[in-house]
Amino acid sequence: MKFTLDWLKEHLDTDASATEIGETLTKVGLELEGMEDQGKALSAFVTAHIVSAEQHPNADKLRVCKVDAGTGELIDVVCGAPNARTGLKSVFAFPGTYIPGKDMTIGKGNIRGQVSNGMLCSNAELELSNDHDGIIELPEDAPVGVKYTDYAGINGVVFDISITPNRGDATGVYGIARDLAAFGLGTLKATDMSPVPSKGESPIAPLPQLFGADEPRTSRKFGGRYIANVKNGPSPAWLQQRLRAVGLRPVNAIVDITNWVSLGWGRPLHAYDADKIVGQPVLRNARPGETIDALDNKIYSLDETMTVIADDLGPLCLGGIMGGIRSSTTDETVNVFMECASWDPELVARTGRKTGIVSDARYRLERQVDPALTEPGLELATRLVMDLCGGEPMEPAISGEDVFPNTGVEFPLAEVRRLTGLTVEPMIINAILTRLGFEISGKGDVLSVKVPSWRPDVTQKADLVEEVMRMVGVDNVPVEPLARLSHVAPRMLTNIQNRRRIARRALAARGLDEAVTWSFISHDEATRFGGGSEGLQLANAIASDMTDMRPSLLPGLLAAARRNANRGLADLAIFEVGQVFLSDAPEGQHTYATGIRTGTARLTGAGRHWSGKPEAVGVFDAKADLGAVLDALGYDIDKVQLFAEPAPWSHPGRGGRVAQGPKTLGWFGELHPAWATQLDIDFPVVAFELDLDALPEPRKKATRTKPALDLSALMPLTRDFAFVVDRAVTAAAILRAARGADKALIKDVTVFDVFEGSHVGEGKKSVAIEVTIQPSDKTLTEEDIDRISAGIVAAVTKTSGGTLRA
Amino acid sequence: MSLENQIATLRADLSAAIAAAGDEAALDAVRVSALGKKGSVSALLASLGSMAPEERKSAGPAINGLKAEIAGLIEDKSGALKSAALDARLKAETVDITLPLRPAPTARGRIHPVSQTIDEITAIFSDMGFSIAEGPDIETDYFNFTALNFPEGHPAREMHDTFFMKMGADGVKKVLRTHTSPVQMRVMQKTNEKPAASYITPAMDPPIRVVMPGRTYRNDSDQTHTPMFHQVEGLVIDKSSHIGQLRWVLEEFLKAYFEIPNVTLRFRPSFFPFTEPSMEVDVQCDRSGSEVKIGEGSDWLEILGCGMVHPNVIRNAGLDPDIYQGFAWGMGIDRIAMLKYGMPDLRAFFDGDQRWLDHYGFRPLDLPTLFGGLSS
Repeated sequence: MKFTLDWLKEHLDTDASATEIGETLTKVGLELEGMEDQGKALSAFVTAHIVSAEQHPNADKLRVCKVDAGTGELIDVVCGAPNARTGLKSVFAFPGTYIPGKDMTIGKGNIRGQVSNGMLCSNAELELSNDHDGIIELPEDAPVGVKYTDYAGINGVVFDISITPNRGDATGVYGIARDLAAFGLGTLKATDMSPVPSKGESPIAPLPQLFGADEPRTSRKFGGRYIANVKNGPSPAWLQQRLRAVGLRPVNAIVDITNWVSLGWGRPLHAYDADKIVGQPVLRNARPGETIDALDNKIYSLDETMTVIADDLGPLCLGGIMGGIRSSTTDETVNVFMECASWDPELVARTGRKTGIVSDARYRLERQVDPALTEPGLELATRLVMDLCGGEPMEPAISGEDVFPNTGVEFPLAEVRRLTGLTVEPMIINAILTRLGFEISGKGDVLSVKVPSWRPDVTQKADLVEEVMRMVGVDNVPVEPLARLSHVAPRMLTNIQNRRRIARRALAARGLDEAVTWSFISHDEATRFGGGSEGLQLANAIASDMTDMRPSLLPGLLAAARRNANRGLADLAIFEVGQVFLSDAPEGQHTYATGIRTGTARLTGAGRHWSGKPEAVGVFDAKADLGAVLDALGYDIDKVQLFAEPAPWSHPGRGGRVAQGPKTLGWFGELHPAWATQLDIDFPVVAFELDLDALPEPRKKATRTKPALDLSALMPLTRDFAFVVDRAVTAAAILRAARGADKALIKDVTVFDVFEGSHVGEGKKSVAIEVTIQPSDKTLTEEDIDRISAGIVAAVTKTSGGTLRA
Repeated sequence: MSLENQIATLRADLSAAIAAAGDEAALDAVRVSALGKKGSVSALLASLGSMAPEERKSAGPAINGLKAEIAGLIEDKSGALKSAALDARLKAETVDITLPLRPAPTARGRIHPVSQTIDEITAIFSDMGFSIAEGPDIETDYFNFTALNFPEGHPAREMHDTFFMKMGADGVKKVLRTHTSPVQMRVMQKTNEKPAASYITPAMDPPIRVVMPGRTYRNDSDQTHTPMFHQVEGLVIDKSSHIGQLRWVLEEFLKAYFEIPNVTLRFRPSFFPFTEPSMEVDVQCDRSGSEVKIGEGSDWLEILGCGMVHPNVIRNAGLDPDIYQGFAWGMGIDRIAMLKYGMPDLRAFFDGDQRWLDHYGFRPLDLPTLFGGLSS
């Protein structure tokens, strides 16, 4: 919210400097977002007259203007504003002027073949408001060639503060002044809000509030005042200048008065042209299909949850949000009906959200407006209407009741120290709360505090502690170390937290980059990878490719691979350790470690190198990555179960599933060629997925001591065997059989050669193994070794149905 | 010719032949011609047998001396030849050691700055005695808002730009958590004593000291806001902790995290539904250069929100706010990573661009520890 120093001083008697005020605003919780001397910032802009405006020969939306800026000669200016027209008085910037709203300095130029020496400006370009709709329109009688800041009276310091949702009381300059006074920065000045005598009965009766018992009802007390025979028109310069300085466009005296009350006291009003109201207006909820043509020139559809002020012809105003064009005041308005009403903040917020209307009224009313201001607000406005427009005020027309929280809090003074650590004298606590408007009774350790009507956010002890703390200053809270509970650190990470950390480092150590990709992906991709159920879809996604919670990390990684390939980086090794969503229940969230390698990005490195030829990634690269993670987590990939049952995304013959008992731990494989085509991927991809939550919890160890190490003094020896077996026989089966032939002496079996070809027979393959035999207590004789060898051959041929190769 | 002359001639001839031998074969020929069965020195030795004992007494040592001398020369020459041959071989065996290696896998792989930052935060807070707590990303409206004292329809809910889930099979209204604060409630509230999944931290009894990092979501997107981002939340609940200790914890953390000796913080009263009193915290910084320098200069940068846990929240957790109290704080992980390491654009965090990951990522063995320094 913006306000000027002048305006503040109308409510606060203070000698404090603008800087001091700015710092104090932040200290008390009204964060200063900006502070500027507008007169200085805008001193180069001058008033000007558009002597002629003609269509640009080469651009439909541009006009070529001849501008009189008081220099004695006409200046050529190309202008794109729709309202740049012959005869208009506006605001002009000479070449070399800094335009704050565009963060640029305007130069001399040539726009599509036409000379342009300066710029006609909008309010947004001067950062006076967000009004981009066109260049500033000044009255016909505005002087030409004078400083715009002088003309418009923009010469003071403007503060811009941000107001938290709990501080409806600070949405007016008066409330801000009250906070500053409570801090000790000056004295709050009183405002005359006494009733203005009436001249007679109101032609408009108090508005009936027509709501069924079960209907949502936004209106509480509705105050209206009929003021007859006003003389409307532009408001006086002081009021226009004040509004302009804070970014509001002056409209007419009546409307400007409502804005003055809204900004000054945080009390929004609405003014109707009483002669445009047909019949007796009422308060009711909108009917299905009703619309309102609102003051922002947009038409909104209304529903039964929205309260409107309506006459015989339908809605006049959307309650608490925005008025309608049909009954708006104009310079010709003679009879005014002024509204000052209180509304249910939650329902105002809901209607605001539904319609998407952002208005000054909604901003204040959804933060709660002081219910004690409903009638005084009306009087304040009436008084100024009398002053500026004359007229005869009629009896106020009041219906409904305000809602006062009337909160009382029993406040033990020790609470301040208990929650903040601050020691504050009872007298000071008392003074702070009193200056903020709290009524205090009782003495001693516990005060009885009555909360003022404008602070409905204060409901309990902790709220009062905050009031005291923000006035004393958080910086004055003494810093105290937090003592440790125990000096021997327990384990701070859980098992799964450690697994994620280790998996990340293990994969990065294998040359993969860690990516973090979106938790949501497109519905198509989610469905393709096994997700896409209703409970995992966002109801209000931000983009069409971010609609569904991901069932797998692969779509995100593959999309990254595609983007990298499009940038010429087709050899990619990336992984992600992150959450996937198998259902919308908490247990449906699992952490996966998933990685892909593309192109030639193998463990040794990608691309061509003098030390060896580049090779495309293959299924064993993915298996090795998966194995490395398992190993880092304390599991041996050769000891879990491997099944030739690949994931749907995998090449059916070049991929596998890893399991432990009934639980699937993960998958690895080459990307299915058909999937690659559908995913628009034309380079080799291998991938693995590992469900870190599926790994069994490690057994609790009884001891940290490792088993005794047996170092044999006897030399190990090796023997080689080659078997011809069916292609379908797995290496794992052969290794298992060989190992089982003599569990005491056979220490290790490895496969050192595998080949297929016509010489081993159609549908056959040769698998050569090396067996390491470790004698335990005596050197083995030739007979011993022959016996072991025969056992190995017998075991393998029996299991595999193959033969020993001669 | 006297024996002496014979020996002298032989010595001279053989020495010359040995010296002249250009390779092992020639040397061996000399050896055979001298010391072989039919060699000249062997022949001389054999002649000893036919000598008179007197004569033999003086000739024996002389001939044996010659034999030893020649054998010695041959051995030396053989050594010299071998060494020359090795020299020649070594000379021929040079390689260009400037040929570049392939970078090692550990030199190529990178840890994402978000993970690294979480590890840094974890290192600091675990040293202060905090453990790490977690909860689900898809939360109930209750844990994300209601339990945290967000009234229904309050503008504070709107500030959160919430992503809502379509109704799931269980008919419970769910949202993507807009902050990590629901984990606070799960850590305190007995209903979460036996969570449905093992990654969810179960409820604990006070004293509680936890830090809660994780993914959070808001319907918002520009250079500094992405619809998904990371937050870390801290919570202390006991019977005495107050804002004085909150200030200490935050100052200690920020000094350790930014690896600077001093940090000046500005606490501003603010509003959050789940804390009372609430504060926003600005950190002193210098923005005059191209990078933001924390801990010096005269500017302020908003860095986190905090406060005393709201009595309603403590009550909602099933604890008595007149007995239990404590504080909580929350900040953006991506944001503090950007401040420390200088990434300009948040959106790039989630793009998976290899060039970005290689540039801003961390080596796998750069494990942040307090004993080794958070960053190397």
